[in-house]
Amino acid sequence: MGTKKGAFVLTADGKREKWDVSGPHFGGWEIYHVKGSPVDPNRLYASQSSGWFGQLIQRSDDGGKTWEPVDNKFVYDGVPGTHQWYDGTPHPWEFKRVWHLEPSLTDVDTVYAGVEDAALFRSTDGAKSWHELSGLRGHGTGPAWAPGAGGMCLHTIILDPKDPKRIFIAISAAGAFRTDDGGQTWLPINRGLISNHIPDPNAEVGHCVHHVAMHPAQPNRLFMQKHWDVMRSDDAGDNWQEVSGNLPTDFGFVIDVHAHEPDTIYVVPIKSDSEHYPPEAKLRVYRSRSGGHEWEALGKGLPQSDCYVNVLRDAMSVDSLDSCGVYFGTTGGQVYASPDSGDNWAPIVRDLPAVLSVEVQTLA
Amino acid sequence: MIRLQLPAHLRTLAQVSGEVTLDVAAPVTLASILDALEARYPTLQGTIRDHVTKKRRPFVRFFACQEDLSHEATDALLPTAVAEGSEPLLIVGAIAGG
Repeated sequence: MGTKKGAFVLTADGKREKWDVSGPHFGGWEIYHVKGSPVDPNRLYASQSSGWFGQLIQRSDDGGKTWEPVDNKFVYDGVPGTHQWYDGTPHPWEFKRVWHLEPSLTDVDTVYAGVEDAALFRSTDGAKSWHELSGLRGHGTGPAWAPGAGGMCLHTIILDPKDPKRIFIAISAAGAFRTDDGGQTWLPINRGLISNHIPDPNAEVGHCVHHVAMHPAQPNRLFMQKHWDVMRSDDAGDNWQEVSGNLPTDFGFVIDVHAHEPDTIYVVPIKSDSEHYPPEAKLRVYRSRSGGHEWEALGKGLPQSDCYVNVLRDAMSVDSLDSCGVYFGTTGGQVYASPDSGDNWAPIVRDLPAVLSVEVQTLA
Repeated sequence: MIRLQLPAHLRTLAQVSGEVTLDVAAPVTLASILDALEARYPTLQGTIRDHVTKKRRPFVRFFACQEDLSHEATDALLPTAVAEGSEPLLIVGAIAGG
């Protein structure tokens, strides 16, 4: 888990009842993301940053027992150019931090980094050097991209398990993009998104996509939590339809998919973009078993009064045990776990720093 | 021998405790000290100044001999006391919330 003041490791056996909490690792630093390689679970990558000392990338080869700082040089390819600033003026691209690290599905030394200001970097030598996939930023719409309130971040990277040349990414506030050629060229995939807070609600880019999720068994089906609206695409992002259905509010940050049921998805509705806390001060996960439209509230074991926390975009994850575990962390430092697909919840830990990200490793 | 004091987070990163001492050939400047520091501790590259522009990170300050040298040219000569090692150069994380 990444938090505002370090990384923490929460460990349990398959019952997921008793948890051991270790940390903080890199205490005092913002840990935006930690993720293990699906090829070798001992290989972990962590994004460590601070307002004082900038960005570091840490790598572990022993499952997090020891760490080694690796390359932290993220240099944009060529002349970076400009994007749109909050006031509409051109603003030069400036590297700020790494939001998300996505290890390759097939090669332990290949890892992708989504950064602010938005760009995608790749390392093929275990994070000892980074190179930008500049076809994304060089896409013709780049100068029109603008930051969301949290900065202009590339926060979502999804690797297609069936097509190694296909990658999906999402940027706040530019939208979602897809490459079908391993990252050389990119296509905006925002048709169907409607954002009433931008001049053209149906624009090709400019949408504040908060997170995208995919089940590996159905890589053409994508689920999106947009700033407002929960969306689904059944054609790899070519077209989107709204599936917010009966949600109490369709604003939120996280979205995730059940490990074994490709059409079972989870969101945490948040009251509004100016009130980043749950509606009615009740923390509820909403689950749809039909790929959207119809949602049920899951609040058993979660605080149902006086709750004013948020759940950030990378702060939910699932395990792959037979009874799928679902986990999320809050800006109040609580981490909740459900060992039964969301029916029942219990806190693992309550008083950590604000949680930025949660990832699960299911170890044999 | 140049004496250098690092902020706690950078000491942890460089795996050092207390002051760092460096051999730095004249002329002794902020740039030459940082070059020597980063050569000895590569993990500090990018944490004090930008990798490419070599510009000081905004919340990092350089103090010595009770003076703020943060806005001095990085190729300007540092005070003799720093060059001779009788006073340390302090690299300081600015006091800021968070």
